[in-house]
Amino acid sequence: MTDITPSGASLLVQDARTQKRNRAEARFKMYGLAAIAVGLLMLVILLTTIISRGTGAFQQTYVTLEVPLLEAKLDKKGNRNIDDIKKVSTFGYAPLMKAAFEKKIAAAGIETKLKSKEMAALLSKNAAATLRDYVLQDINVIGQTIEFEFLTNSRVDGYLKGRVTRASIANDKSINAAQLDLVDALIADGSLRKRFNLDFITGADASDQRPEAAGMGVAMIGSFFMMLVVLALALPIGVAASIYLEEFAPKNWITDIIEVNISNLAAVPSIVFGILGLAVFINYMHLPNSAPLVGGLVLTLMTLPTIIISTRASLKSVPPSIRDAALGVGASKMQSVFHHVLPLAAPGILTGTIIGLAQALGETAPLLLIGMVGFIASNPPDGITSGLMDPNSAMPAQIYEWAKRADPAFYERAWGGIIILLVFLITMNAIAVLLRRRFERRW
Amino acid sequence: MMATTATTFLGVPLGMALFVAVLAIALLGYVMARSRVMARAGGDARVLHSLPNYYGMTAAMFAAVPALGVLLIWLLAQPAVVQNAVLPLIPADKIDSVGTQSLILSDVRRVADGLDIALAQGALSRADIAAMADDPSALRGTLGEVGVALGSEVEPFILAAAQKSRELNGKGRFWMAAAVLLIALAGLALALRVADPQFRARNIVERGVMVLLIVAASLAILTTVGIVLSMLFESINFFRLHDWKDFFLGPKWAPNFRGDSDLSILPLLWGTLYISIIALLVAVPIGLFAAIYLSEYAGPKLRGIAKPLLEILAGIPTIVYGLFALLTVGPALVRLFGRGEDGILGVEWMSGATSVLTAGLVMGIMLIPFVSSLSDDIINAVPQSLRDGSFGLGATHSETVRQVILPAALPGIVGAVLLAASRAIGETMIVVLGAGAIARVSVNPLEAMTTITTRIVSQLTGDTDFASPETLVAFALGLTLFVLTLGLNVLALYIVRKYREQYE
Repeated sequence: MTDITPSGASLLVQDARTQKRNRAEARFKMYGLAAIAVGLLMLVILLTTIISRGTGAFQQTYVTLEVPLLEAKLDKKGNRNIDDIKKVSTFGYAPLMKAAFEKKIAAAGIETKLKSKEMAALLSKNAAATLRDYVLQDINVIGQTIEFEFLTNSRVDGYLKGRVTRASIANDKSINAAQLDLVDALIADGSLRKRFNLDFITGADASDQRPEAAGMGVAMIGSFFMMLVVLALALPIGVAASIYLEEFAPKNWITDIIEVNISNLAAVPSIVFGILGLAVFINYMHLPNSAPLVGGLVLTLMTLPTIIISTRASLKSVPPSIRDAALGVGASKMQSVFHHVLPLAAPGILTGTIIGLAQALGETAPLLLIGMVGFIASNPPDGITSGLMDPNSAMPAQIYEWAKRADPAFYERAWGGIIILLVFLITMNAIAVLLRRRFERRW
Repeated sequence: MMATTATTFLGVPLGMALFVAVLAIALLGYVMARSRVMARAGGDARVLHSLPNYYGMTAAMFAAVPALGVLLIWLLAQPAVVQNAVLPLIPADKIDSVGTQSLILSDVRRVADGLDIALAQGALSRADIAAMADDPSALRGTLGEVGVALGSEVEPFILAAAQKSRELNGKGRFWMAAAVLLIALAGLALALRVADPQFRARNIVERGVMVLLIVAASLAILTTVGIVLSMLFESINFFRLHDWKDFFLGPKWAPNFRGDSDLSILPLLWGTLYISIIALLVAVPIGLFAAIYLSEYAGPKLRGIAKPLLEILAGIPTIVYGLFALLTVGPALVRLFGRGEDGILGVEWMSGATSVLTAGLVMGIMLIPFVSSLSDDIINAVPQSLRDGSFGLGATHSETVRQVILPAALPGIVGAVLLAASRAIGETMIVVLGAGAIARVSVNPLEAMTTITTRIVSQLTGDTDFASPETLVAFALGLTLFVLTLGLNVLALYIVRKYREQYE
């Protein structure tokens, strides 16, 4: 009997080849982990960038001044007639504001060599308009001296947020070191400070000279009306199409064409839907440019495939026994679907619809082509018709608009806008997940 | 801006008012038919062929469906009919190309809308307009005052055409309202006549619902047809104005709004493909390795956390990635490769934040979850028996993955990569913000280049003139993009489907 022990080999000691193979195994596993780590790292970088750059937009710098609302300037006739008071433009209010600012500086004991014009430049170009709006809202304040918070210029705001520094203003014509000294003194005095900025969430966009006054509110309303259109059209059409394809369609070439079409539409670049919207809804049907109705129609066509695919999945998950039972007690095929299958599939359909809506809410490219950028969405619409038909922006389009204006103050607003947009998206997706958890049935 | 036209009724657009009116008639029909059939049955629903609601629904259907169909068709067809009727009024010598024709027609429309507004606001009276028929040069100023800006002086024939189109539109609107309301009432009357207990209302309603379902399903076909036709017609217009050889084979993209532009797709295609390739170079290795790890190595706990987190990347809107490219990745790359002595590498290779690399990297991040979740599904579909066989022969896990699973999953993975490529080619916001606007053919990834989608956006936003090749080229670009992505999708779906069949 001979032992066939290979020379030097043992189960306890790995040979060189096995070691090599094991090292390769470890390496391979590491690559996989590294890939996941890189992906997650990117997510973390993206989110921290958004949050660190965007939270600034939710704070704004204001200076508190005591403004005497002189009757002699604002209501010369003295009869408190609102139409006469409306004739006083912001140029009538600006001197009051400037005087109050200078008085404040003097009262705080701040010495500055700045000229009056340079001092006034620290206030926002929008400040006088805010004061005017305030007075027009309640004309009884005329003649009193009121304490009022004025928006400051975006550079002052940037200085308080660290975006503008003494080193960075060397080439900046709109602000100089002496003005920053004054700002420092006012901060020490307590009259100039940062606070939460509700106007960013509820306000309208502002022209490119006054980033400090720009807000997302009107664009949000535009997005809301678009989503209304998408919900009103995509949900019924999508559900109807899915019911036909899943429950009734015979297996033939027409059905095949429809199915291939739907899966292809899901992968068509979104900009192509924008071209379709421009050519059909605006150039052919002459619907108004920039209207949320048109945006909604385009997004409907884009969202339909998503909704159809998820609706079909939830219809498919309803077991055939439900249909058979309904047919067994004398329901027609149509009744079995509408009275029994559809209600059972509803939670899944709803979940899919919310996810489709979230997708549509963040879509930008098609909106560029139907003109929802490039203007200042300044007036909130009054009423449903105006909301659907009047030019408006939408949240992602507004973000794009700010990103294009090439001003760090607007960039901050763009990041802030992204935070708002993401809050909406996260809420919608969370609702979808909750619905699924709460109502999902397994048979 | 054509903000408002006179097509309104009590401040609501006429179409909308009619729509609401028809719905009201339908509702009335529902209530009337239901109570009528119950009365005929003597209040005993068991005598009826169908449940009472079905009689109501029949009436609502009879009233609403034909009327709304007529309304829709009328609204769609009226502009074309009016345009054809107006066309003979334009002297033939004014039309030297398709482009000028559509330009003149849009002038006519603006003048017509302007006149409507001016009449509504009282800035003009009918007699004023009639007096202007021979010399309408004052019209431009008047219309400007009511907020309708015209590009050029109004010529007599344009005013005549505008008047004709107003007349026809007015008539059309009247007859549309009359026809729609009459049809709705006729439907209602018919439904009430037939509503007796023997009437097979449920069958009728179900047939009607079935038709609705089929129409809804066909909308997908209609959308595709709409996409193709809308781009095809304008592309044909473009190729009438511009040489197709220059578009497909020319060397340069240099639109010039005074005319005589070089509009070649090749530099744009190069930029598009270059950025897509960089994006795939980022996304495919990361996505594929992540998918392998998640499906082969990871425990359920890690999988349950990492997979949804990665998929968040796919749910983030592209505008966010665009901003990330422009404001974070671009400047970071400039700090690395640019700024001369002040930069990290001390080189001066990159001048601006927008570049092929900027857009490509960010797009790659966006595509990671796309590649990983598709590949994950595909790797999971590889039968367990293949793995067991390989392990039984003594292969390590990584050898099994490399030599058994990946070759088996290869067609599916290729399909996934093709789908990712089609997504990259059609992506818009990242390249609009991150890639730049200069059309150049270069191999340096640190230079700004431009893509098909960016040019579509820039040619179709701002002041557009649908008679110039510089605007129309966007439709030809769009059609090319559509064909390109469609081809990739069809190929990818074909490969994936073929692969699935292999293991089913």
